[in-house]
Amino acid sequence: MSNEINVKFHIRRYNPKKDKSPYFQVFDIPVSKGMVILDALHYIRENYDSSLAFRYSCRMGVCGSCGMLINGSPTLACNTQILDVSDKEITIGPLPNFQILKDLVPDLMPLFEKHRSISPFIIRDEKELDDPEGEYYQTPEQLEEYLQFTYCIKCGCCMAACPTLATDKNYLGPQPLSQAHRYNKDTRDSGRKKRNEITGSRDGAFKCHYAGECSRVCPKGVDPAKAVQILKRQLVFEFLHLIKKQEPCQKLHGPGKGEKLDIPEAPEKTV
Amino acid sequence: MEKVNRYDNRLGILGWAFKGRWGFERYLYILHRLTGLGILLYFLMHIFVTSFRAMNIYLWAPDNFFHHPLFRFGEYLVFLAFAFHAFNGLRLIFVELGFAVGKPIEPVYPYKTSLTKQRPLFIVMMVFAAILAILGSYEFVISLGKMVGGGQ
Ligand code: FES
Repeated sequence: MSNEINVKFHIRRYNPKKDKSPYFQVFDIPVSKGMVILDALHYIRENYDSSLAFRYSCRMGVCGSCGMLINGSPTLACNTQILDVSDKEITIGPLPNFQILKDLVPDLMPLFEKHRSISPFIIRDEKELDDPEGEYYQTPEQLEEYLQFTYCIKCGCCMAACPTLATDKNYLGPQPLSQAHRYNKDTRDSGRKKRNEITGSRDGAFKCHYAGECSRVCPKGVDPAKAVQILKRQLVFEFLHLIKKQEPCQKLHGPGKGEKLDIPEAPEKTV
Repeated sequence: MEKVNRYDNRLGILGWAFKGRWGFERYLYILHRLTGLGILLYFLMHIFVTSFRAMNIYLWAPDNFFHHPLFRFGEYLVFLAFAFHAFNGLRLIFVELGFAVGKPIEPVYPYKTSLTKQRPLFIVMMVFAAILAILGSYEFVISLGKMVGGGQ
């Protein structure tokens, strides 16, 4: 192909069966405009070494599988144009602050466990969940309070970039904390108190000191640092009893306190 | 099941500053910690040294140990660290209480983050820190000049 240039890829390799510690292996890859880092990894696997391990799935920045340390910055391999990074040498390693399973594959389980610990779902009272009677009322302004934080794809880039996590493995980290804030701010939710016990604990939000790295590297513009700082304000104000008690929002219609608005009724139940 | 080895890839303390291409606020985060530790160390030394007064030993007197220009210069560095730490600390109080980071917005590429939002506050605080440092330097430079020049 014309307009191809050769770029040197330094790939951090680690085989748990053979190696004591990771080492670098260099590959020369012909690169043309439009190729992303993930293409180069596929090229290596197809032409040089079929044992190279890396994670990917959607190939379009949606699934969050392909987070890696590319020239010292945690980002998505499928979303990063090679020529935007360098036209000479590129270093690729697995996401730091996680254990390496093989080559470029980190063990993201701690991230998922921490995420699970903050109850990342809408919590309502059981009766409502078992017997739903209507939709919940939420204004566009209320939606905007948390919408930005819903775009998280759990790629782990923020956790890899966080300097606090670099030295403290117990710290919850930017991803779980920003997601806790996302659900706390959802007017349909009533689980804030339960989450506060975790986010306000010694390994929670107050270990963040705004290095801002999570927001800088987030490939989806979620801005976790912003969420964590607002979460801290909420925790402090709540501790000082400076915010009013927030009740979860009402239903649009149906019995009880539901507000009857000029919106069509939900269709008859079919099951 | 066969036990699989894993390599712990945590960055550690060196990862605060190295092992990656990091942003400006991360270095402020490190500098804030370093200056904080420096001030704490000075504070502990200060208590220790002044406690000698109980035994009638004045280590900071003109003819004594701590009157040496080197220690005066060290004191000056502590003062500069204080100027930075105090005003950067004020910025952090605002930021960490969520006051200077802006409201949640729809993330549209190229993304704007809270980092750019709080930077004007950083600049204002550093101007204050610089004013304090310049005012304080006057006293230190004059006294240091006298010491090195042979006068008192
Ligand atoms: S492969 Fe899905 S985000 Fe990169």
